[in-house]
Amino acid sequence: MAGGLAERIGVDPIVIRFSFVVLGLAGGAGVFLYGLLWMLSVEPNGHAVPSPGRGVRSTVAVAFIVVGALLILRSLGIWFGDAIVWPAALAATGSAIIWSRTRGTPTAVLRIIAGALMIAGAVALFLGQYTSVNTVRNLIFAIGVTIAAAALLLGPWIWGFGKRLAEEQRDRIRSEERADMAAHLHDSVLQTLALIQRSDSSGEAASLARRQERELRAWLYRRSDPKQRDMLNDALDALALRVEERYRVRVDGVVVGDRPMDERLKALVDACGEAVTNAARHSGADAVSLYIETDASGATAYVRDQGKGFDTAAVPSDRRGIADSIRGRVERFGGTASITSGPEGTEVQLFVPRNGNSG
Amino acid sequence: MTIRVFVVDDHSIFLSGLRSELGRSFEIVGEATDVDEAIEAIRAAKPDVALVDVHMPGGGGAAIVAAVTKDRPEVKFLALSVSDAAEDVIAVIRAGARGYVTKTISPADLADAIRRINEGDAVFSPRLAGFVLDAFGGEATTIADPELDQLTPREREVLRLIARGYSYREVAKQLQLSVKTIETHVSAVLRKLQLTSRYELARWATERRIV
Repeated sequence: MAGGLAERIGVDPIVIRFSFVVLGLAGGAGVFLYGLLWMLSVEPNGHAVPSPGRGVRSTVAVAFIVVGALLILRSLGIWFGDAIVWPAALAATGSAIIWSRTRGTPTAVLRIIAGALMIAGAVALFLGQYTSVNTVRNLIFAIGVTIAAAALLLGPWIWGFGKRLAEEQRDRIRSEERADMAAHLHDSVLQTLALIQRSDSSGEAASLARRQERELRAWLYRRSDPKQRDMLNDALDALALRVEERYRVRVDGVVVGDRPMDERLKALVDACGEAVTNAARHSGADAVSLYIETDASGATAYVRDQGKGFDTAAVPSDRRGIADSIRGRVERFGGTASITSGPEGTEVQLFVPRNGNSG
Repeated sequence: MTIRVFVVDDHSIFLSGLRSELGRSFEIVGEATDVDEAIEAIRAAKPDVALVDVHMPGGGGAAIVAAVTKDRPEVKFLALSVSDAAEDVIAVIRAGARGYVTKTISPADLADAIRRINEGDAVFSPRLAGFVLDAFGGEATTIADPELDQLTPREREVLRLIARGYSYREVAKQLQLSVKTIETHVSAVLRKLQLTSRYELARWATERRIV
C-alpha cells in the first residue's frame, strides 16, 4: 500500500511508511488513515513511474505535511503528549534515514552518522525532560560503557566470522583454479594420451599413455572428501592400473552400484585381481573386461577376455592353483565362483553375499 | 554407397587423425573445430553421420546435436569423448545423439560404430551400459511414466552383457536371440534414456563421471 502511494506521490516508499508510523504514534490517527487508504488504493498499473530526480523535494514536502498533520492532531487533542511524540518522531526519522534504500553510495556513511545523531538526540531529549543534565551525562557514559562491553562480547565472534568468510572465499578461489586447470589438462593432455593409444594400440607407448591417462584422471577427478575415496570404484581403478602396468593389457572396468569398501568387497576385488592377472598372462587377448554389480543380496563380478580359452576339465596344475586361489577368496565369505571357457574366450563369474557365513 | 561422415573436434591433431583413419572407408564431407561453425556446416553438408566431441567450448557436443536435430532430424550423431563428466555425456545423449564411445576406441570398432549408427541403431560402450544400469537401478521414487522410467528385465540383461564386454553378436548368441532383436532392445533403452524424467539420472550424472 505504502509502495503504491509512494509511486503516486513520487517518493521512496520508506518515507511514506515512516510517515504513517509517526502519525500512528501521535494518537493512532496514522493507523486509521493507513487502513482507509489501503481500502481505497488500487494496484499501480505501471505507467506512473516517477523520475528519480524528484526524490529529495518530495521527501521534504511529505515531511512538512506530516509535521503539519502532527500539529493539527495536537491541537485537536489526539495526542500522547509532547514528551513522547516529538522525541519519537525524531528517533523514527533517524531510523528511517539509516535504513533508507540507497545503500552503497558515498553518502551512506554520512547518512548513518546523521541518523545515529538524531536517534541519540531523541533519547537525550526524552530523558532530559525527566532528569538533570548531569544525569544525562552519566547516562551517555553508561551507554558508552554498554557499547564497549558489547564490542568486547561480540567482537571476537564478529572477527571470527569475518575470518571464516575470508577462508571460505580463499577455498572457493582455490577450487575454481583447480577446476580451470582440470579443464585445461582435460582439453590438452588427455586428448593427446587418447590419440597415442589409438595410433599404436598394442605397443609400449600405448601402455604408457594409458597409465598416464588413468593417473591423471584419478588426480583430476579426485573426490574432495577423503572419506569417500575408499569406494569399490577406486579399488577397481587401482587393480586395473596394477595389471596394465605389469602386463600391458587393457582393463576395462565398470561398476554398477558403487559402495564403500568392506572386507567382503575386498575379498571379491582380490579374487578379481587374480582372475584378471590370469587372463592377462595366459589368454593372449589385449583387453580384459571387468564388471562388478552390487545389490541388496551381494556383489557379482565378471572377468572376461576374448582370448584363446582353455579346457576347464583339463587345466594344467599351475592354473588350477590360480583357480583355487580365486575360489578360495570368495568362498571364505560364503560366495561362489565359476569359470566358463571356450574358443571365444574365458569368463570368470564371482559372487559374494552381503550377509553370508564367514569363516 | 559410402556413408557420408562429418567430424567435429576442437583438437586439430585428433581431428586430422580421425580424418586419415576414417577416410579409407567413409566419405568425409566436412569438419569443424567449434560449435557455431559445426552447426552451420553440418546443416549445409547434410552428412549421414556426424561425430561430435562431447567436451568443447561454447556448449559442447550437446549444443550441436540439439541445434542440428531441430531442422535436420535425418543426421545421426555419435558422441566421442575422452574422459568426460557423466553430465556432459548424458547431455549429449539426451540432446539426441544415437551413441557414445570413448576416444580410445580402436579404429575398427569406431568404423563399426559409425555403420551401426547409420543403420539407425544405438551404440553403447560398456561404460555407458553400466551407467544406464546404475541410473535406472532400484525403484524410481516417483514414476511419472513406468513405460519410460524403468527398464524391462530383458533390457537389463542386454545392458549387463554389454557392460561385461560382449559385442551385440555375442549378446545375441548368449541370450539365443537375433542380433536385430538386441539392436531393438538397445534402441529402446536409448529412447528411455533420452526421454525419462527419472531423478536418479541427473543425480547420478552429477555425482559420477563416465570415463
